[in-house]
Amino acid sequence: MVDVTFSVNGEERSLSVEDNTLLSDTLRESLNLTGTHIGCDTSQCGSCTVHLNGKAVKACTILTAQAQGGDVTTIEGIGEPGSLHPMQEAFNEHHALQCGFCTPGMIMAAIGLVNESESLDGDAVRKGLDGNFCRCTGYHNIVKAVLSAQQNM
Amino acid sequence: MATETGIGASVRRTEDARFITGTGRYTDDINLPGQTHCVFVRSPHARATIKSIDTSAALSTPGVVAAFVGADLARDEIGDLPCGWLVKSKDGSDMVAPPHPPIATERVNYVGEPYALVIGESVQAAKNGAEAVVAEFDMHTPILDVATATQSDQIHESVPSNRSYDWELGDKAATEAAFESAAHITSIDIVNNRLIPNAIEPRAALGSYDAASGTYTLHTTSQNPHLERLVLAAFVNIAPEAKLHVISPDVGGGFGSKIFVYAEETAVIWASAKVGRPVKWTAERVESFLADAHGRDHVTHAELALSQEGDFLGLTVKTIANMGAYLSTFASSVPTYLYGTLMAGQYKTPAIYVEVQAVFTNTAPVDAYRGAGRPEATYVVERIVETAARELNIDATELRRRNFIKPEDFPYETPVALTYDTGNYAASLDKALEYANYSGFASRKAQSEADGKRRGMGFSCYIEACGLAPSQVALSLGAGVGLFESAEVRVDVTGSVTVMTGAHSHGQGHETTFAQLVSDKLGIPFENVSIVHGDTRRSDYGLGTYGSRSIAVGGSAISMATDKIVSKAKKIAAHMLDSEEDQVSFDDGVFTIPDSNESLTFGEVAFSAYVPGNFPLDELEPGLSEKAFYDPANFTYPAGTHICEVEIDSETGTTSIVSFVAVDDFGNVINPMIVEGQVHGGLAQGIGQALLEHGIYDSDGQLVSGSYMDYTMPRADDLPDFVVDTTSTPCTHNPLGVKGCGEAGAIGATAAVMNAITDALGVKELPMPATSETVWRAIQGG
Repeated sequence: MVDVTFSVNGEERSLSVEDNTLLSDTLRESLNLTGTHIGCDTSQCGSCTVHLNGKAVKACTILTAQAQGGDVTTIEGIGEPGSLHPMQEAFNEHHALQCGFCTPGMIMAAIGLVNESESLDGDAVRKGLDGNFCRCTGYHNIVKAVLSAQQNM
Repeated sequence: MATETGIGASVRRTEDARFITGTGRYTDDINLPGQTHCVFVRSPHARATIKSIDTSAALSTPGVVAAFVGADLARDEIGDLPCGWLVKSKDGSDMVAPPHPPIATERVNYVGEPYALVIGESVQAAKNGAEAVVAEFDMHTPILDVATATQSDQIHESVPSNRSYDWELGDKAATEAAFESAAHITSIDIVNNRLIPNAIEPRAALGSYDAASGTYTLHTTSQNPHLERLVLAAFVNIAPEAKLHVISPDVGGGFGSKIFVYAEETAVIWASAKVGRPVKWTAERVESFLADAHGRDHVTHAELALSQEGDFLGLTVKTIANMGAYLSTFASSVPTYLYGTLMAGQYKTPAIYVEVQAVFTNTAPVDAYRGAGRPEATYVVERIVETAARELNIDATELRRRNFIKPEDFPYETPVALTYDTGNYAASLDKALEYANYSGFASRKAQSEADGKRRGMGFSCYIEACGLAPSQVALSLGAGVGLFESAEVRVDVTGSVTVMTGAHSHGQGHETTFAQLVSDKLGIPFENVSIVHGDTRRSDYGLGTYGSRSIAVGGSAISMATDKIVSKAKKIAAHMLDSEEDQVSFDDGVFTIPDSNESLTFGEVAFSAYVPGNFPLDELEPGLSEKAFYDPANFTYPAGTHICEVEIDSETGTTSIVSFVAVDDFGNVINPMIVEGQVHGGLAQGIGQALLEHGIYDSDGQLVSGSYMDYTMPRADDLPDFVVDTTSTPCTHNPLGVKGCGEAGAIGATAAVMNAITDALGVKELPMPATSETVWRAIQGG
């Protein structure tokens, strides 16, 4: 077991986890932040994307112990009805989600992409999100949403 | 009421609020006190006899609560997983369905088939226990080739020649006569590649048992919770329906794969009573690959007979359909009544004869996947029509146009058992050609050639039969259930409305679309309507969501129940206004007596219904809540034209889709934004089949495309922007004039892409997926 302290959505959390516990599991099971989803076991699908120290990462590729002292933001930490993040707002406005399962990871990845880019066109959004699967939307409206959100971020 | 939230408006989705904030509630998000975790032990072999299974080491593994094998379920008389659609062979005999125990007892027949389950205090403990289960197998050579399966060793004792049925549809003699008179015959041999559905939410089940009431509760990722309950009660013998509560909470995509009743939820709900604690299982992705029902997997030879002028005279189709190792819940219907019946396409082909053999192999069961039979039929028809056009040197659009069923021909009875109610196929083709800039294609092709590239354009004028299904028709064709839908519209005291539906939303946006429908019809604010679905204790029996049936069947049921509400409310209004029911008119949420200035709002009438101070109780019942069951009179027939334009790099064989146009006739549309989104998603899956996706077993029966590292899912940068538009000939036989839109993209797209690539390459046939290697080899001529 290892003791870990890190910030989650602005709140300091301390817990004791097995050495090999993944951040994705800790968020879901220990912290009950079930907005971070798990869609695969090979780090391909991106459903578990969160921000660690401001960068979008797949939470299944991070050991919880590696988050020690870090700053984690999950989908639950970026906005709520009435004060949505521009990316959440854009996903709703442009119908960029259907079943909603990939959506938290997709939104967190898209925010990371916009934050790291000067200005994105459609092709750049498609390349930038190629680590996140969506089986419902064909990505068409996700691209529209990200292009729209970057105007407001 | 034409408003910004009414019928026809692109209302933003209500359900998004929880999904974009991470507060959706999927099965794996739910945890119950005292919960245990289940891990399935799965066969590493494609075909083997189980000699022994020893769970003693598993049981002594720390944290393991219990371990069970198939014999434990059999001892409790847990039944086989049934196939719910009886198909008959040519000779009138019933299809052969081998026994399908949820947990294998004597033999395993595909890699991934569960033969034991271990329950632990944690997933890790259960996994450790599963590792300690020792099984001995006698391995046999697996049967894997669908084309030769009937001549191979028998997989199931009860299934001679590994054949479930040998089915036919159409007039064989008339079709043979048509071929004798033909000036030209086009033939094709095609393989419809095996696909693995891959909803991004893996399947999951959480079973619990309340000993005090004897009630089981199953949370699971089902597209049709009532059907799940029916099968678990009536066939699997878990408990009577009244003691079995099935809840499908938020479900993360289905695409068909979550229609079926699987081993895992069966074992989990059964085990919850055995261990006396809730039992949870969530699939890892590798389990989704191995044990979700796969899709497609046909081998087909087809011939089209044409006159000198290009009139279609006859079509024969001979298909071998891979069922996998067992008959999954609806597997038998997919390559028959959802496939052979679609072979007329949009055309007046006068004689059609279809033969389908369903065979078993040592692979995962194959069942409905988005489109279910109709994409396979469209692929046959649209590939052979395009090939015929090339052989006859007739423009591919003109050949189609020449053979289209014309608007004046409806209702049109096809030679393959369907009667199309309405359509205007040329309207969709014309609109699509305009978007695709067909007239400019030759110069674009010349430019590509000048750049050392190859360019092609391909068409697909598909039809689908949706709105599954008229119960009378379905039952006469062997269905084990009626296919109506139910709805209850419950008006609350203050005039808000709760709607219970038997349809299930796992991405389709029903909470928005259905609320638009009800608020429009009742003239009340959209926000005042709530939609409830996915819970067998809250909705009447319903059949769920698949086959693009939700709006056409479920929406029609809601519409009917809403009409009953208006009718009852008029009675109440008449009483309140001291008038007669037939004197009351209702428009935009207001009840009025014409030629008077008396009126009541919907809310006032609702309130009165529940505060019936002076109701004449012998004539007027208090309350305002109505139910309806809608059973469609016919299928609906969405149809359209998809046009794909590709450019191929001659050096690498890489295909780029430079343009994809889809013009679909869905009849009336409630929410255009949601409908467009459904088309986009379908297109992605259809294009995925053509270019990327392939479920592959090696010669030992190991699934080599068993992870996202190996099975190519379409990513954002694999797909183009889509051009999507609609035409409309409203359905003539349901109250909304709607047809359904969920599968169209997946049905039409695949043939359009492959027609474009074969056009660019100048080859007749090319296997799917058309990967860059496949295309490069075709360019090299081998």
